[in-house]
Amino acid sequence: MIFKRPPLPHEGDLRLDPEVRAGIDARRAQPFSVEAMVAQMRDGTRSVAGRVLVFVITLAAAVICTLPFLFLSGAELGVTLSAFLNGSLGSQFAFAETLVQMIPLLIAGMAVAISFHGGLFNMGVEGQLIFGGLVAGIIGAEVEAPPLILSVLVLLGGVAGGALAALVPALLKAYRGVHEVVTTIMMNFVATYFAIYAVAPAGPFVAATQPSATEKIPRDARLPTIWDGTRLHAGVIIALVAVLGLWWLLYRTPLGFRIRLMGKNAGAARASGVSVKRTIITTLLISGGFGGLAGAVQVLGVYGRFFDAFSAGYGWDAIAVALLAALSPFALIISAFFFAMLDSGAVQMQAVAGVSREMVGVVSGLVVAFVAIQPWLLHGLDRMRARRRTRREAGAPVTLTDTGDAT
Amino acid sequence: MSGAPENQIPAIHLAGIDKRFGAVHANRAIDLRVAPGSIHGLLGENGAGKSTLMKILFGMIHADAGTVEIDGAPVSFRSSAEALAAGIGMVQQHFSLIGAFSVVENLIMGRAQGSALSRLTRKLDLPAAAARAAELSERFGFGIDPWAKVSTLSVGARQKVEILKALWGGARTLVLDEPTAALSPPEADELYAVLEKLRAEGRTIVLISHKMPEVMRLCDRVTVLRDGAVVGNAEISARDTTDPKVRAELEARMVDMMIGRESPALPDRAPQEGPLILDVRGLSDGHRLGPLDLQLHGGEIVAVVGVEGNGQSELVDLLMGLSKPTDGLIAIDNRNVTDWSTQKRLAAGIAHISEDRHASGVANDMSLADNASIGYLDGEPFSPGPWYLAWRDRVRFTEVLIERHKVRTPSALLPMSSLSGGNQQKLVVGRELARSPRLMVAAQPTRGLDIGSASAVHHALLGLRERGAAVLLLSLDLAEVFALADRLVVLRKGQIAGAMTAAEFDIDQIGRWMSGAQDTTPDTTPATAPRKQEVA
Amino acid sequence: MSDFFTIALFASALHLAVPIILPMLGGLLCERSGVINIGLEGMMLGGAFGAVAFSYVTGNPWLGLLGAVGTGLLSGVILATMSVLLRGDQVIGATAINLVGAGLTAALVPIIWGIDGTTPSVPKVPTPELPFVGQIPLVGPLLAELSAIDLVAFALVGAVWWVLMRTDMGLRLRACGESAAAADAAGIDVTRVRFIAVTLSGVLAALGGAYLSIVTLDLFQASMTQGRGFLALAAMVFGKWRVGPAFLVCLGFGLADAIALRAQIFTHDLPHDLLFALPYVLALVALATFVGRATGPADVGKPFRRA
Repeated sequence: MIFKRPPLPHEGDLRLDPEVRAGIDARRAQPFSVEAMVAQMRDGTRSVAGRVLVFVITLAAAVICTLPFLFLSGAELGVTLSAFLNGSLGSQFAFAETLVQMIPLLIAGMAVAISFHGGLFNMGVEGQLIFGGLVAGIIGAEVEAPPLILSVLVLLGGVAGGALAALVPALLKAYRGVHEVVTTIMMNFVATYFAIYAVAPAGPFVAATQPSATEKIPRDARLPTIWDGTRLHAGVIIALVAVLGLWWLLYRTPLGFRIRLMGKNAGAARASGVSVKRTIITTLLISGGFGGLAGAVQVLGVYGRFFDAFSAGYGWDAIAVALLAALSPFALIISAFFFAMLDSGAVQMQAVAGVSREMVGVVSGLVVAFVAIQPWLLHGLDRMRARRRTRREAGAPVTLTDTGDAT
Repeated sequence: MSGAPENQIPAIHLAGIDKRFGAVHANRAIDLRVAPGSIHGLLGENGAGKSTLMKILFGMIHADAGTVEIDGAPVSFRSSAEALAAGIGMVQQHFSLIGAFSVVENLIMGRAQGSALSRLTRKLDLPAAAARAAELSERFGFGIDPWAKVSTLSVGARQKVEILKALWGGARTLVLDEPTAALSPPEADELYAVLEKLRAEGRTIVLISHKMPEVMRLCDRVTVLRDGAVVGNAEISARDTTDPKVRAELEARMVDMMIGRESPALPDRAPQEGPLILDVRGLSDGHRLGPLDLQLHGGEIVAVVGVEGNGQSELVDLLMGLSKPTDGLIAIDNRNVTDWSTQKRLAAGIAHISEDRHASGVANDMSLADNASIGYLDGEPFSPGPWYLAWRDRVRFTEVLIERHKVRTPSALLPMSSLSGGNQQKLVVGRELARSPRLMVAAQPTRGLDIGSASAVHHALLGLRERGAAVLLLSLDLAEVFALADRLVVLRKGQIAGAMTAAEFDIDQIGRWMSGAQDTTPDTTPATAPRKQEVA
Repeated sequence: MSDFFTIALFASALHLAVPIILPMLGGLLCERSGVINIGLEGMMLGGAFGAVAFSYVTGNPWLGLLGAVGTGLLSGVILATMSVLLRGDQVIGATAINLVGAGLTAALVPIIWGIDGTTPSVPKVPTPELPFVGQIPLVGPLLAELSAIDLVAFALVGAVWWVLMRTDMGLRLRACGESAAAADAAGIDVTRVRFIAVTLSGVLAALGGAYLSIVTLDLFQASMTQGRGFLALAAMVFGKWRVGPAFLVCLGFGLADAIALRAQIFTHDLPHDLLFALPYVLALVALATFVGRATGPADVGKPFRRA
């Protein structure tokens, strides 16, 4: 897809001050302000280097805190590490398997990220993923359609299912002011039990031959394998396109701006004409839609059917994925890949080094913990940097900044 | 200048207090002696250093130099709780009361003595505390029900609870920071009576204020601060307040001391007669505003003045479409916009500088470019459709605003929080001006700003007027109103109590309208000359 | 239907309510002090695990309870450090507690017992029958089904209410939740009060977990709390942050649970799995229908820093 910058319209109801407009036009003739970009780079935490540093520190701190438990389980560090790397990157197959694991984490991570951007804590991604997967599985099993159309229907059904699971919390938040954390978590349980019921032995959608699962989706309607000899399926393309889409949505559309503004200052959003209620609902529905998509892609790409235990807690790890990426769509790819490495490496680590797979959950929890105290860590880092600078510039006059309204 | 009576040990003695915040010299070697049993006025404009000085007294910030003595003994408090233990209570401008609690709970909270176990198990004796509160309330004429929930009390009553709280803790000296800023005149009068009773009991009061009448009525002495330094002290005797001529002279002298400098010159301007832009008829929110009629023409600045909480915020919300009127209509350029959304109104040419920048004007964690784009999301000029919102053009736009309004920042991509308050406000004003609005609703556009930034905002509003737009200025600062407005209306209890044009500006008449006093024929000489020297 | 609604059903409802009531009390103390605690679930799991581990190691279930208190203190102190001392985001910090709680307890099972998932039986806390209560008219038969432990749990409800609403400590705690700045101005050490409240919530939640693992059952199973920590949170919100109403809501959840369980043995034509969702659906319906907006203490969720 090619996005061409549309020309700036000069007519319209909103009158931009002609002098300001002239100023903008004049600046368009010049190369795009390089000094602005440079200044951004210098701004500690927002620069690319700063972000990478924060990413690495957070991750390292979480992993270091996990080590004592590794030793408790009697694992040797070297053995564990080589098992981890072997299991996640050691062979073509391992690498592909990591990518397969990355797909649901990445899409679910986007679900978490967009809701956090809007200042909404969607803790129900797991439930949305399950519900989306269920709807996808049902459509795939029950609907008769040409393969390609069926695939699209299944994916759309997943999105709709996820959004549906987010609808109740969205409405409750917008119209009753009920904190979405409680309601989204409640929906997790509702979705889980409903899914179990749907494919229970006496359930309405259970397969004739396989308990706890829906009928298989026709093979040619499933997502094709894109790397021969591995399980890597076209879902990875869907996920990467979705990353682009999310980035575009957040940073290049008015809706994304509204979502971000609401997350940063709902009062300013309201005062500037943003309908906060509508934006809350939209944000949570999109978030739920991403969650459902994650489930649908998993159903359509990996298992070919829905079964009741098909999510390995992706919705929960997605919180860590999104937070580690600082909610940035592109950084999500990296953090999802890391957690996918943990997931796929865990099998080897368990077999070779005797490390429980559950350690993955511990690492993701610790990542979240360190993200929670990031402001404090960054503050400390800033102070250290400032102290070093003052020591270096000792004697030099202090540059004064305008303290404005300090009284 | 004469010092405090030397034969008494001052209740508070600040000596040589000096404090810098970066480039700002907030306090310059300030000496202050407050005689016991007196009401001591501390005068000065915003940013003169009053708050800093008081924060130093209470140990909330530390002075770079200087000493603090209470009743002759040197002290150095680390918190307001310690200050209270030493007998000094602070009554803040922002109340430190808990609305969900009753008055008596607010009074006793955090005060119980005894072991942790007893405080964990023993029942609080609220009735006894309430009895004591009622007794104190009686003694000083507060008239407060100790069992009332604070959130149900009026602002004036809360102010009294705040004083009661300080007295409860045994304060012999009270510092009140602009206690009547949010009070209606009758409420203020009640408060003055309370303060006089306290003085009669021998308590010491420091009154931070910039309202001349209250200073003249209450204070025994005043100290005037300007730009962080003491510029003068004055005694106020009974004669000063009774003889109108002497009183006027003294007030003029104090105002001169406070303002000192020439206020930044504003360009001369001729009255203009433009077309009708804003037409408000019978507007009411069914609760705190209206019915209200108001017409604004192009090329005029109309100020809405009044005691805070008399319907100003409600008026702004209705004009901006942030709340729905129960009655009446709003028209802009002869188009009925009563049912329009905020978004549509912005597009129709209403701009809004909001009263509280942090609550509804800017998002601190977003970049300047994002902050400059607030309210420019739909359609022209940055978004041809819901699928696209320009980025580079928004950055260019921000750079233009930065340049035109002299916002001090190295880049449009830095977060808003990297700017000082004044520069943030300049960007906000620039953003709203760039809509080339037909109507600018400017609510407290210079509150909390340093003089330079405030002046920039004033020039921006005047520029808008020159270009034929209408400006609705809501301000609590009468000096600002006198300097800018062509016309003013006084809002009281949600209705227009009176209106006058620039030529007729009369501070006493405005005061009577604000307070709802009977509009008797002026048989007394106006206490102050209308300070409209800035008005052409 | 009279066979269905028996004393046993209501007794079972009370038993099932206890592990929701205890974390609810913890969450309520925590939020009334101004700290959001959605980490109750993780804290409960920690307590459930700690109780079983200590009971297994020492052979004494009472020491197991003590172990639960220990893990509760630990998780409480960690959350308090993150969200009160270091002023981190309270929701994110508590989410970390949930994730680590679920992950670590599950990971430690194989380390200690060498098997995945469910631990073997450990000594459980004896639940002695109460003497004489059977003779009390009307409620006697119901009370006879309860153990001393249950009564202690119900007594805790009263104790928390008393301390919170009637004592100086409670007033201080509530002040911190309503306005940290005002509490600070009144000389209350907001950081300390909140730290203690969060730690206490950890202990109460852990005891709720221990009740599940070594009072009701005698083993630990990964994720055995089944969202009770979150139900406790919903009960607190629906009870509008007041002890009495929140307690009643917990009883309602217990009853819903009991009905779902009993329906499983009683009838075969009801979809049991849907019935298990009953408490959660009930919670959502409750939150959707109740009067007024759900707003907690005014300052909840805002980290406090002295100006």
